[in-house]
Amino acid sequence: MTAYQNRDEALAWLVGAVPYIRFLGIRFDRQGDEITAHLPFQPMLIGNPVIPALHGGVTAAFLEVAAIIELSWTTLWEDLSAGRLGPDAVTPGHLPPLPKTIDFTVDYLRSGQARDCFAKARINRSGRRYASVHVDAWQDARDKPFASAVVHFLMPEAP
Amino acid sequence: MPDANPDTLAVARQFMAALPHARELGLTIIRLGNGHATITMPYDPRLVGDPATGVLHGGAISALMDTASGAAVLSHPAAPVSTATLDLRIDYFRPATPGQAITARADCHHVTRSVAFIRVIATDQDETRPVAMGTGAFTLDRPRPAATGKAPA
Repeated sequence: MTAYQNRDEALAWLVGAVPYIRFLGIRFDRQGDEITAHLPFQPMLIGNPVIPALHGGVTAAFLEVAAIIELSWTTLWEDLSAGRLGPDAVTPGHLPPLPKTIDFTVDYLRSGQARDCFAKARINRSGRRYASVHVDAWQDARDKPFASAVVHFLMPEAP
Repeated sequence: MPDANPDTLAVARQFMAALPHARELGLTIIRLGNGHATITMPYDPRLVGDPATGVLHGGAISALMDTASGAAVLSHPAAPVSTATLDLRIDYFRPATPGQAITARADCHHVTRSVAFIRVIATDQDETRPVAMGTGAFTLDRPRPAATGKAPA
């Protein structure tokens, strides 16, 4: 099994295992060692049908999912490549413990339109016990985010 | 002060049912009026974040808390015509117990001319131990005074 297969499998496993990610329809595209979260538009994501605008809670949830998957994927990948986790860790039914959200702060910069959303997370600090992740979400232009968030996580116990 | 009368609550529930994502989450308004909103979200396996335990995803709870907060702002006596979240901070205290509905109680405790401040708390059936708490700032669009200078109807 090549490293790249492992990376994609680790990502597919993480994303496929979580019902709420499927509920919102969030996908992840991998570019080398980076991932971009993608929320395809669907009518049930609308909060206010008059404008129409995305539900603010959907925006918050999308940012939170993007942050946790970035952090989980990065740490899972590091654990896999360092041999701390065997390949069996990336199979359904073998669930390495995931980071837990401690707190979440979302900043709404402009209203989310009835279109696809994208998000990219950046791990500002990932320690043994705590991690801080920043995430930006945009629609039409990467340099015009419509929301951003900072999420603090409690890391799982070392395997 | 009393809550909104039953007719107002019925109107608010109809309004909620017209919001696609609120409908998808199964949100129900329990109390509404004078800057307070209580909204529940039933347990739903589609909203699970951890398949090993069945615990709801934090994102679903955030969506509920954001909705309750916005409703609290709209029900404030300042009678805003619309509102939108500026920022929201949520602290997660513990996983929600699988199988139980989540209730969010939001209070719009202060308003300025254009900003509303809220506090919100989310509980499952054990109301003595909150699942999450949040604070936020929302935009506040007040009704425009009539051009004649009379108070708005």
